Amino acid sequence: MNILVCIKRVPSPGTRIVLSEDKQEIVTKNLGFTISPHEECAIEEAIRVKEKFGGTVTVLTLGGSLASEQLRYAMAMGADEAILLQTDGKEWDPMATSNAISDAVKSKDFDLLLFGNESADYGGYQVAIRVAYALNHHCLTGVKSIEIDEGQITAGREAFGGMEIFKIPLPAVVSLKEGINLPRYPSLPGRMRAKRKQIEIIEPIKLPGGIETKQFVSPPELGSHVEILGHGVEAVPKLLSIIKELGFIHK
Amino acid sequence: MILAIIEHNQGTLNHQSLEILSLAKSIDRVEVAIVGENGRSICNGLGKYGVEVAHLLLHNELVDYAPAAWAKSIIQLAHSIKPDVILAIGSERGNEILAHIAAQLNLPMAANCTKIQIKENNCLVTRIRWGGSLLEEAVLKSATYLLTIAQHLYTVKGELEESAVKISEWNVDLEDQDFVGKVVDNLAPEEGKVILTDAHVVVGGGRGVGSKEGFHSLDELAELLGGAVGCSRVVTNHGWRPHADQVGQTGARVAPDLYIACGISGAIQHWVGCKSSKKIIVINTDAEAPIVSKADYAIIGDLHKIIPAINKALKQAND
Ligand SMILES: Cc1cc2nc3c(=O)[nH]c(=O)nc-3n(C[C@H](O)[C@H](O)[C@H](O)COP(=O)(O)OP(=O)(O)OC[C@H]3O[C@@H](n4cnc5c(N)ncnc54)[C@H](O)[C@@H]3O)c2cc1C
Ligand SMILES: Nc1ncnc2c1ncn2[C@@H]1O[C@H](COP(=O)(O)O)[C@@H](O)[C@H]1O
Repeated sequence: MNILVCIKRVPSPGTRIVLSEDKQEIVTKNLGFTISPHEECAIEEAIRVKEKFGGTVTVLTLGGSLASEQLRYAMAMGADEAILLQTDGKEWDPMATSNAISDAVKSKDFDLLLFGNESADYGGYQVAIRVAYALNHHCLTGVKSIEIDEGQITAGREAFGGMEIFKIPLPAVVSLKEGINLPRYPSLPGRMRAKRKQIEIIEPIKLPGGIETKQFVSPPELGSHVEILGHGVEAVPKLLSIIKELGFIHK
Repeated sequence: MILAIIEHNQGTLNHQSLEILSLAKSIDRVEVAIVGENGRSICNGLGKYGVEVAHLLLHNELVDYAPAAWAKSIIQLAHSIKPDVILAIGSERGNEILAHIAAQLNLPMAANCTKIQIKENNCLVTRIRWGGSLLEEAVLKSATYLLTIAQHLYTVKGELEESAVKISEWNVDLEDQDFVGKVVDNLAPEEGKVILTDAHVVVGGGRGVGSKEGFHSLDELAELLGGAVGCSRVVTNHGWRPHADQVGQTGARVAPDLYIACGISGAIQHWVGCKSSKKIIVINTDAEAPIVSKADYAIIGDLHKIIPAINKALKQAND
């Protein structure tokens, strides 16, 4: 089984996202960077599939040169190879992104291509599906459990409080959600190995068109209107009368 | 004209998909698309939401959900009726179907819009980023604008006089290939469990709960109020609760009447999952925690003492 995992480098914001003055980007000066949580689970799932069936795990990202940090993290977790579709670091829209990804991998014959259900920052819900159509593969999204058996993948996703089950043949594109597994932390030897590994660098060609971002806007700040009911258990009677007022106590 | 996709599962309406109608009607004339014979039963009930024309897309195999086939059916309809916009709710299925349509037509798609403005030869949208903690203004140029609308933003207005809906039937042309990715089985939810996203009350627990066992009192509180337990990502990362309980950007978006956040600091990625709650009560040792100032009510103190006291008082009130 040769598996591809597509990941994206994103800042990890704290309690508030701060915008640059021209509203063209978020200020990341004091922020760390991470991989979208769904995609971290995709790396973990790929490694587990490889551990069971053999093969290789390749991670790919489209981004600036600094995105190699996230590729190395994935290799430290256990991915074998990495591809960087190197850009000047500016964001590409989903059509350009998926086009670059499918161009880069179409000759590589991966059996399984794993994505996150949605990127943490962009949330376009589409790159995986576009890549699937470009490669002429079947695809499933929002998946929280997978099982592979004789060239078939059985996948479950949450629906109506339970799960709905799909079955498609390999090769396939599947986008995963956090919760499918608990990703491992890279071991120290894993980190050492990852440092020495080569990253294949490709310069992708950007398609024009798609969605053009004009500017970012912070959602309206809610003014604080909190009523502090008190400290400790003394405040419980007050809370109870509020719960009653709101109609949650039936008697 | 706007073509709005109304979601249903085997004839059960996804009420939330009606949220797109009020926005759509404020922009242009609206017609709706419903996929499959078993969606026929919901068509008539749509009159009170102001729907006049429902296009019913028919094929023998259009029974179980199959995103590629659903998308292709809607594309065939669109070829005939030529809508300017195809719109769906930003649900799991809504975003999925629209992305399949976008990929099949090779057109841009904007997910989770909060506002739409159709201009002469482009479309201006405001859409959510970072699960809702940031907004983006963007422009699309396209023959047909493919958009989904963020959930929990617009209310469903069903106050109109019940009127007849004109059903126009379309037999669509599909192949076996289109049905490969279809639902083949459904696992029912656990018996008697209140579903997190449907619950009227959600008791959320965070790192402050401290352990798996620490959730006993939260479970009890949820049960007393007829609600469900939710949690933060720290909790699922520790394995204290299953991920299905996680509220936030990479978990569930909940919109209960009451959210009780216990030992949760209120990082934006958690906040976007619970901010649509009608009332929020916080229990936190730290009066400066970000979630406190965003709440309606707060008790400052140790949840391990406060929640058992609430449970005790609730049981007395119920007796
Ligand atoms: C891309 C991305 C996606 C994410 N998605 C999600 C998501 O879906 N959901 C989510 O929750 N997080 C998500 N996160 C993580 C998020 O940033 C926070 O790390 C997380 O929400 C913090 O959880 P917490 O509030 O439980 O923990 P903390 O931030 O550690 O807060 C614990 C709180 O408990 C209080 N406390 C401690 N002891 C007690 C006590 N005895 N009694 C009362 N209060 C007490 C403390 O004062 C503090 O306020 C995401 C992060 C990223 C980068
Ligand atoms: N720049 C990128 N590089 C690599 N993979 C990406 C990139 N952007 C998106 N993806 C993948 O596509 C998924 C869906 O992204 P999106 O369509 O933006 O929500 C993500 O979870 C990633 O797996």
